[in-house]
Amino acid sequence: MKPAAFAYHAPDSIAGAIELLSSADDAKILAGGQSLVPTMNFRLARPAALVDINRIVAMDSVSTADGVLEIGALARHASFESPVEPGRLGQILARVARFIGHHPIRIRGTFVGSLAHADPAAEWCVVARTLDAMMVAAGPSGVRYIDAETFFQTLFSTDLRPNEILTSVRLPLLDATQHAGFAEYARRTGDFALTMALVVLDVTDGVIERARIGLGGVADKPIRVPDAESAIVGMRPEVAADVVGDAAASSIVPLGDIHGSPEYRTDLIRAMVRRATLDAVSS
Amino acid sequence: MTEHPSAPPVMDVVLLVNGHEHSIQVEPRRTLADALRDDCGLTGTHLGCEHGVCGACTVLIDGEPVRSCLIFAVQCEGAEVRTVEGLADGETLHPIQEAFWEHHGLQCGFCTPGFLMLSAGLLETEPDPSHERIIEVLASNLCRCTGYQNIVAAVKAAAAAMRG
Amino acid sequence: MTWVGSSVKRKEDPELLTGRARFTADIAIGTRAISFVRSPLAAGVIRSIEAPDGVVMFTGADLASMKPLTPILHRPDYVRVPQPVLALDRVSYVGEPVAMVIAPSRESAEDAADQVFVNFEDGEPVIGLDAAENGDGLTHPHLQSNVVVEGAFDTGGVDDVFATAAEVVEVDIRSRRQNAMPLEARGASAHYDPATGRITLMASTQMPHVVRTIIADLIGMPESDLRVVAPAVGGGFGQKVPLAPESAAVVWAARTMRQSMAWIEDRRENFMASFHARDQRHVARAAFDRDGKLTALDADILCDVGAFSCYPITWGVEPLMAMAELPGPYDLQTYRVRARGFTTNSCPMSPYRGVSRPVQTLVMERIMDIAGERFGVGPLEIRRRNLVTVFPYRSATGLTFDEGSYAASMDTAAELVDLEGFRTRQAAARSDGRLLGIGFSVFSERTGYGTPAFAARGMDVTPGYETVAMSMDPSGHTEVRIGASPHGQGLVTTLSQLVADRLGVSPDTVTVVHSDTDRTPYGWGTFASRSMVISGGATQLAADDLASTLRAIAAELLEASESDMELVDGQALVRGTDVGVPIPELARVAYHQSHRLPGGFAPGLSSTGAYDPPGTFSNACHVAVVEVDAETAGVKLERFIVVEDAGVLINPMIVEGQIAGGVTQGIANALFEEVVYDETGNILTTSLMDYLPPTAAEIPPIEIKHLETITDASVTGAKGIGEGGTIGAPAAVINAVSDALRPLGIEVFEMPITPDRISALMRSAKGATP
Repeated sequence: MKPAAFAYHAPDSIAGAIELLSSADDAKILAGGQSLVPTMNFRLARPAALVDINRIVAMDSVSTADGVLEIGALARHASFESPVEPGRLGQILARVARFIGHHPIRIRGTFVGSLAHADPAAEWCVVARTLDAMMVAAGPSGVRYIDAETFFQTLFSTDLRPNEILTSVRLPLLDATQHAGFAEYARRTGDFALTMALVVLDVTDGVIERARIGLGGVADKPIRVPDAESAIVGMRPEVAADVVGDAAASSIVPLGDIHGSPEYRTDLIRAMVRRATLDAVSS
Repeated sequence: MTEHPSAPPVMDVVLLVNGHEHSIQVEPRRTLADALRDDCGLTGTHLGCEHGVCGACTVLIDGEPVRSCLIFAVQCEGAEVRTVEGLADGETLHPIQEAFWEHHGLQCGFCTPGFLMLSAGLLETEPDPSHERIIEVLASNLCRCTGYQNIVAAVKAAAAAMRG
Repeated sequence: MTWVGSSVKRKEDPELLTGRARFTADIAIGTRAISFVRSPLAAGVIRSIEAPDGVVMFTGADLASMKPLTPILHRPDYVRVPQPVLALDRVSYVGEPVAMVIAPSRESAEDAADQVFVNFEDGEPVIGLDAAENGDGLTHPHLQSNVVVEGAFDTGGVDDVFATAAEVVEVDIRSRRQNAMPLEARGASAHYDPATGRITLMASTQMPHVVRTIIADLIGMPESDLRVVAPAVGGGFGQKVPLAPESAAVVWAARTMRQSMAWIEDRRENFMASFHARDQRHVARAAFDRDGKLTALDADILCDVGAFSCYPITWGVEPLMAMAELPGPYDLQTYRVRARGFTTNSCPMSPYRGVSRPVQTLVMERIMDIAGERFGVGPLEIRRRNLVTVFPYRSATGLTFDEGSYAASMDTAAELVDLEGFRTRQAAARSDGRLLGIGFSVFSERTGYGTPAFAARGMDVTPGYETVAMSMDPSGHTEVRIGASPHGQGLVTTLSQLVADRLGVSPDTVTVVHSDTDRTPYGWGTFASRSMVISGGATQLAADDLASTLRAIAAELLEASESDMELVDGQALVRGTDVGVPIPELARVAYHQSHRLPGGFAPGLSSTGAYDPPGTFSNACHVAVVEVDAETAGVKLERFIVVEDAGVLINPMIVEGQIAGGVTQGIANALFEEVVYDETGNILTTSLMDYLPPTAAEIPPIEIKHLETITDASVTGAKGIGEGGTIGAPAAVINAVSDALRPLGIEVFEMPITPDRISALMRSAKGATP
């Protein structure tokens, strides 16, 4: 399974990358390659040109400023396995990172690349959607900020324009009242999850003031579950854990495929949301 | 339909593999795995799936295990690539190779170079991994012959030997 | 030092560990590359095939001088369907090769294949066992039905026994399609020698001699113009036993173009169009008397065997083996069975490690567990009452079971797992809402069977025997040339150990040559758990012959009597003394001082051995301990135990490796792996994201204990063990899952039993509760 031919460019600046993206009809960004290259080897994707951004040093950064974690396009999955910031955001990212593929995939694959690829069963996509991430895109007409809900359109499809590059993503830090938990179920270690859930509870005086519940692997993009989120506001977290699974399961009809029927995924939604909530409670 | 007019036929690439330089001319689409095999004469790196799941093609790039079927040769200039052919020191086997031999960690041998490089990458950065960590990392690669337990035993023995 | 029984390190390993071993794709480098254009339709008619100028292409029309591949069973019910090497006017499965393109590199060959346009007229494919059985449509329009092989057997008396049975257990078991998935896919690299016109085919095959014969026959070329070599082979598991039709096309093209060229199968091709296995349904009824004794078995066996018959084994192998062996290790003389193979518009079938035995064992072991529940005696006692204990035992279908330890293996396994202790733990867990389960599977494995067994199936090409040619060179080094074709089984090491003991030399002085038709006697390759039994047996016979020659020469030189001589530690010694001659000196005499040889001895040192045994049954008990997650329906294996009896173990470490690998594939069969087609015959599982071989994280440590029963049925005392792991493990796992789910009223009758299926069973059980 060999890929179709393409022109290869390795710019050393973001401006250079944008110019190259604009110069070919069908050019794609090459970052980690762990998602793109398999599709090219299968000849499902046949870009005319690859713009390799691995030499753009400016993109290899993870930094915190003004209550926001900014993750550059070359930050690899593996770098999140140890917390990249000392607070609860760093903790939950470290927890989630270990579920992504396998060690060699985490060495090369990138956080931002995963968002741009927009596989609904990708962990960082659920994280971005649930934590209200802001995408930072750069194109010929300058920088554009895209909120996560707008960004994820459908399967493998985002709001990015053909000549735009996702240069970074911004995640608001979590404070001491915000408890995050994660759970996923996959057939084998390292597989794409059949269902995953990320739950963030804002808890004050032992009561949930706000809940964010994100799901992956159940629809054509990562989704939130507003009915379940509002159902548990006002509850004590331990009590919420008992009902939130059912609340989430009854509010959506998930997709089905050869690995799981919609009914099975509904069972998984119930289980993963419950477990992620318990995980959040104990964090 | 498949030849894009703008695609250059070949590029000059210098790969540093097992400490030796290989000056090759390859299309951009040639993966590192195929460049090692076809252009550098190093056929120890095997292709089992070409979509990044089986890990038979695992090599070390700058000390880390990477699936060489998912990276293009043109991306690897300036990096230190190590393959199974570079593990032994002349006729002296690397402790990981000795351990696999001792513990019957291979049968048909097709997945073996990938497991050896994956293990080398692990043990060179984490000399005393826990059982859980070993399983977590070894789960990156597939084997159809051994049922894995002898590979796990071999990696544990290699870790002990390398710690001295 | 005795080498047999010792876990010596393998001689095969250094070249594999250093990456120096050469697999087919490694040898193909530098030759032209072949890419096959394959049918996107499961059924249809080819109207035209076009390629632009500059693309070197051959189609079925170009290969018209080649015979079609026609595997044959001599049975009146067997339907012969010739398979053209490249499709001629119709296509019968997705992935069927329709054209071949040749280019300087694999990348450019795939580019060229992309440019080939095939104009098809859509047909109406028959997909799945149900459709084939119902007869909605014909897979091959020229046939009368989709049944291509049909066996039936009836001892008589079945209905009477059922009429008076105390209990009748009925099961309807579904085994879903598997892909043996060797990590190295198939490949054929044809090297043309311009000086002689001869072709050397390096191929990833388990059966080089037969491949040579059939390819030469298909092409109509002298067999001596073709040499077939299996270099290092990255696993086979049966998928590389039959001829890959593509390899015949490769040889044809290399001869026609007078150039070396190679086809290296990629993973997608292997998923789509190699050989599949075990797409079966067994509907069975078992009658028990009130003492829990199995008194009759009545079965209907249906196998989806794909679009074409594999050569030389044929598509009869799955249904006919199941028919002959279904009752397994149980005492049963009243048996009726019908077994049918149905052709469908899907990938052809080949044997896959265990063939039908994993499914047969699942059927019987589910029956036993359910009977054990009905009679209230539990899984061990019900089996105790029914396992064969008196040997030799002649089965209802005429198989002879030599001595085995069926009940003893089960009792040993039960003790190791501490069944009583488990039941206590299980009950406590249940009150916590956790679902633990334990499953047993007891089985015997037919191994090392020779020509008569294959002939009984009516095979036109009847495997079975093995011959070995052995010679010692003037330096005292022994070369063993065998017809078997190991590819991971460690046979070079184990035969060296065997020869070392028989000749009194070190295994380092023994070389085993295999898998090269120019250098080895005609043989059948490696499959069916046969190599140590049959090739080992022939090796032992050849070695003993050579040993007696060495003793005779030594006796002559020392003026002693041959019966006083023994071969030990590289010397021929007069027993009880230190008077002797080094073996290399004997060898030198045999070649360079032949005037000193005893009368009647030819110069040199060589011998042959031939062995064609009836077969021997190894046996084992597998135990699986599982937990089913009540929320996710995921199954986690906690523990797996094997108590096995394969007679003499030449190298216990190698035996345990075979068992562990086989059990892992069996666990995969029970829980993970399934080839899925859609209703139009497209394969949905064409990548490792969808077809799920387990990783190290899914497989528990496998605890292995050995029993040793030695019989006359194998001259080395060794029984075959290659397939036991895959045969017993699925039933143990499925029984364990059923045991875990029994409180919910669920029994499992299919594999793989995926979480999706378990959750569906849980939902209907819940719905069924008032």
